[in-house]
Amino acid sequence: MKTFNYHSAKDVKEASKLSSSSSAFLAGGMTTIPSIKLGLASYKDIIDIKKIKSLSGIKVTGKTVRIGSTTKHVEVAKSKDVKKVIPSLVALAEGIGDPQVRNRGTIGGSIANNDPSADYPSACIALNAVIHTNSRKIDAEKFFKGMFETSLKSGEIIEAIEFSIPEKSNYQKYPNPASRYAVVGVYVAKHKKGVNVAVTGAKSCVYNDKDLSKALTNNFSSSAIDSVRISSSGMNSDIHASAEYRANMVKVFAKKAVEAC
Amino acid sequence: MASLVGSRVERKEDKKLLTGRGKYTADVNFINQTFAYFVRSPHARAQIKKVDIAKAMKASGVVSILTGADIANDKIGGLIAGWRIKSEDGSDMKVPAHPPLANETVNYVGDHVAVVIAESLDEARNAAELVKVDYKILKAVVDTNKAMNSDQIYKDIPKNLCFDWLLGDRAKVKEAFEKADKIIKIDLINNRLIPNAMEPRAANADYNPSTEEITLYTTSQNPHLARIIISAFNGVAPENKLRVIAPDVGGGFGSKIYPYAEEVVCSWAAKKIERPVKWVADRTESFLSDCHGRDHVTHAELAVKNDGTFLGFKNETIANIGAYASVFATVTPTYLFGPCATGVYKMPAAYTNVKAVFTNTAPVDAYRGAGRPEATYTIETLVEKAARELGMDPAEIRMKNFPTQFPFQQTLVHSVDSGDYVSGLKKAMEVADYKGFEKRKRDSASRGKLRGIGLCSYFEACGIAPSPVVMMLGCGIGLWESAEVRFNPTGNVTVFTGSHSHGQGHDTTFAQIAADQLGVPIENIEISHGDTDKGPFGYGTYGSRSLTVGGTAIVKACDKIIAKGKRVAAKMLEANVDDVEFSNGEFVVAKSNKKKTIGEIAFACYLPGTYGEVKSPLPEGEEPGLKETSFFDPANFSFPAGSHICEVEVDPETGETKVAKYTAIDDFGTIINPLVVEGQVHGGIVQGIGQALYENCHYDNTGQLVTASYMDYTMPRADNFPEFDLGFTCTPATSNPLGTKGCGEAGAIASPPAVMNAVMNAIGTEISMPATAEKVWKACNQNKKKNSEAA
Amino acid sequence: MKKVNVEINGKKVIKDIPDHTLLSVFLRDILNLTGTHVGCDTSQCGACVVFADGKSIKSCTAFAADVNGSKITTIEGLAKNGKMHPMQEAFKKLHGLQCGFCTPGMVMSAVDLLQNNKNPSDTEIREWLEGNICRCTGYQNIVAAVKEAASKM
Repeated sequence: MKTFNYHSAKDVKEASKLSSSSSAFLAGGMTTIPSIKLGLASYKDIIDIKKIKSLSGIKVTGKTVRIGSTTKHVEVAKSKDVKKVIPSLVALAEGIGDPQVRNRGTIGGSIANNDPSADYPSACIALNAVIHTNSRKIDAEKFFKGMFETSLKSGEIIEAIEFSIPEKSNYQKYPNPASRYAVVGVYVAKHKKGVNVAVTGAKSCVYNDKDLSKALTNNFSSSAIDSVRISSSGMNSDIHASAEYRANMVKVFAKKAVEAC
Repeated sequence: MASLVGSRVERKEDKKLLTGRGKYTADVNFINQTFAYFVRSPHARAQIKKVDIAKAMKASGVVSILTGADIANDKIGGLIAGWRIKSEDGSDMKVPAHPPLANETVNYVGDHVAVVIAESLDEARNAAELVKVDYKILKAVVDTNKAMNSDQIYKDIPKNLCFDWLLGDRAKVKEAFEKADKIIKIDLINNRLIPNAMEPRAANADYNPSTEEITLYTTSQNPHLARIIISAFNGVAPENKLRVIAPDVGGGFGSKIYPYAEEVVCSWAAKKIERPVKWVADRTESFLSDCHGRDHVTHAELAVKNDGTFLGFKNETIANIGAYASVFATVTPTYLFGPCATGVYKMPAAYTNVKAVFTNTAPVDAYRGAGRPEATYTIETLVEKAARELGMDPAEIRMKNFPTQFPFQQTLVHSVDSGDYVSGLKKAMEVADYKGFEKRKRDSASRGKLRGIGLCSYFEACGIAPSPVVMMLGCGIGLWESAEVRFNPTGNVTVFTGSHSHGQGHDTTFAQIAADQLGVPIENIEISHGDTDKGPFGYGTYGSRSLTVGGTAIVKACDKIIAKGKRVAAKMLEANVDDVEFSNGEFVVAKSNKKKTIGEIAFACYLPGTYGEVKSPLPEGEEPGLKETSFFDPANFSFPAGSHICEVEVDPETGETKVAKYTAIDDFGTIINPLVVEGQVHGGIVQGIGQALYENCHYDNTGQLVTASYMDYTMPRADNFPEFDLGFTCTPATSNPLGTKGCGEAGAIASPPAVMNAVMNAIGTEISMPATAEKVWKACNQNKKKNSEAA
Repeated sequence: MKKVNVEINGKKVIKDIPDHTLLSVFLRDILNLTGTHVGCDTSQCGACVVFADGKSIKSCTAFAADVNGSKITTIEGLAKNGKMHPMQEAFKKLHGLQCGFCTPGMVMSAVDLLQNNKNPSDTEIREWLEGNICRCTGYQNIVAAVKEAASKM
């Protein structure tokens, strides 16, 4: 394994100051550490932000749920407060990886990494999340730019993710039988102003399926999905699932999600 | 004393393994050890033009870098194919040279090019990146089916053909087929698998310059075989100067039967640099360089009468053996495959023809079941198809063709000593509630799911031996097994076995046998294995052989102990030796109350004379000590058999397929420890279901391994399975005194066809393994289309 | 180099180690606690599961430096005064292990399950053990052992 300098930052300011083009922030490390081990990434500095207290914790207000970036999946999965207002978010957190991933992995790490088959990005899109960083607020729709790519700038640290509480919502995924990441995950959320259908796993980046959203905004029932044609164009195709299969699964899982809402 | 054989004795080895005190090869460290990292080929097929180590040699911590040229200079021999197969035309098989470090060409991704030895693993890895290898990339041969018509990989091996082997009689089969009412045909692929023992392979070799002895710790199922190959064929050190220790080993499943390049290189390098050399595979290396399993393309036909009677069987198979012929690579698709391909049935005429081909993929060798899963999959999916086409119940067609007289002369090779296949299948149908299937199917349908049921009746030839037979068939070694039973003077016992336990529980089951034989409490018996310096030579553990062959050697050695004990007891008790009886650990003079315990006899054997209270004169001419050795070579293989029934539930919307119910009824002859045997069956079934539904080794068309980590190669996990229902029937084997048949591979042999027959029953379409969700979904869609067109 | 100050199986450990030392490497190669096993490179197999501050984590996917100040329990620390933990006893009684390689991680993970769910169903046990791969047992006796342990704890 390639060597690096490990720093444990006391606060966001220090963490930001330590960062450079050859550094990485470390929260749960669920992707960063395997990447370093496998030689896929190497850094001069690893800046651990886990011990920055202000970055962790869950706050539920009347309209939103605000989750600190280093809050672990297990904390969301076990949060009674979140469960009351967005049970689907709790269910999503309960279904990420395995118990050990949930005990270490963080929401901020997940969205900053923006793995095309990660679960949380779909929640951000479906629940009109606002990403709070140390320098600005970013709408989820503008945050996720492409495969493993976000609008975060060098030295910018996610502090919290603020989700809008929907009327109804549900997340359904078909996990890759090998890695257990989502081959396809569909997050349906019905808000006052309309329905979002966020899809992960299917393309190079999470997206809001406008056709499904529109159909469900007009008629929030699984039968409304029947008439929507899901094109396989632009969808991922690999040894686990062809684009055609993924397109089918988006539809099937969107229906499942609506039915479970 | 109650008999321990047949009891659910908790395992003696468990406490250390459960408390983190096991000692696996990666846990072994020597003072002053170095770390090896292998430079591997990134190309499936290439010429090595130049290996430049200059820059790497200057890197931090580097001790030595060795290449194929060094191996050649030191005249280190290549890795071997252990079984010589002849083609139908009488010619010998063709195998390429397989140097432990490639010299001229590399032939699969992961092939060994050089080894970097450094003070730390990080330094070895970092320096390995600086080794510059200049390759001329050649077009890779990857596809099993096309290998014979692709570029020739080795200049002396036309059509990439290792051999074209025939077992059976083509003319007789032709005749039988002419008489058939119907011919059932099937084309299938037996998907390539990667064994994935949870412990990655490892080696740590230590050279002692004063004794000139190498001690090699390695992850082996078979340390004695490793020693003889590394000595006699690779020429690293004479056998008496090479000690091989396989300590706790974390699973093998066939992939650790024989030594690999890494063990040879570490041993050789340790001697060269006079420092210990440690190598531990990471998982990616395991995926790339462990021998893989299966990989057959088969066309088979079954000639039947309208009443379901089988008349003949033909089997044309292409077997991919990868880039080189590994130790058991040539026997696995021949003698372990062909004889079992007619299944558990009376089959008047049959042949199996196998063309073994080289490709630019990792070598393929024995993997749990080795040949027999491929054989069983072929015949059992074919029989199921015959039932479908004849409109017969799948159980009925099987029953109709089962032999009922034993010994049963099986069509191609084996004389099966015992069995009762009818009872086995009947019991399986009862336990599985075969009759209740239609109701369960309706219930599934009410939830929008398709339910299917599949059967598999199998037999296998295992207890791999007997030496004269296997050697006649081309095996380069004998396959007997050894045991040494050593009474210590204080009355406890150490049993040395030439087989090796890496999960099978020999420390317990072998001790149960010895305890019963000797009347010594099991806690006073220690089983020792895995160290070539301790016990006698043996042939290790694979082919469900350890108990039937190695266990019997223990019985035989105990018999010798008891025979000597009787002579000594007779002398001590002043009786006639013929009047001394032995039971429950006591030598008793018939019709008297004169007796000695076996412990007293052992003590006497070590103190042969009279001294104070000790009065233990040995009979005249009797040697002191109490230790006996036995080498057991059985007269026949053993033949476990059984019937498994699987039910699956398919979601036609997504294609997701779940095993809903699984019943296994097996006949393993005598069972020593049901706890252990059930565990073996569970594990085998899961590996077989893994093959049927999840696992698949995938190379792209340039020969890159796409499934090289657990992110892409689907390992079966706990949540993939329901609880299995197990049951047993028992017809004891006649070829060994214990009556045991072997149980390690049965699950992996029986489950793939049972599962696939269930899937095909559910969706009504033929489908290849693994039946992944997408494949099943596509099949369901096609059916939907067909049905709507028909309507 | 980093100074790491942790409590391992109840004992204080202070060591200077390279910054990039994985927790699994720290345990195995520096402290010789070789009961923690490494079976993969991608955080999937679970042979390396240990407890950090009472929660199960994969020690191959944590740096020793980033658990600084934590209490670590490894498989070696589970038995108390020579008596095996009820989970270990149950694995032995019901043959929940064969080769033993995945076992330390499997046992640690199972103990964590019972901390979260005192009386898990078969399905809950199987789902919880998603992050632990066993190639030998077919999982059936592991599930049975976890249930047995639950009934004893």
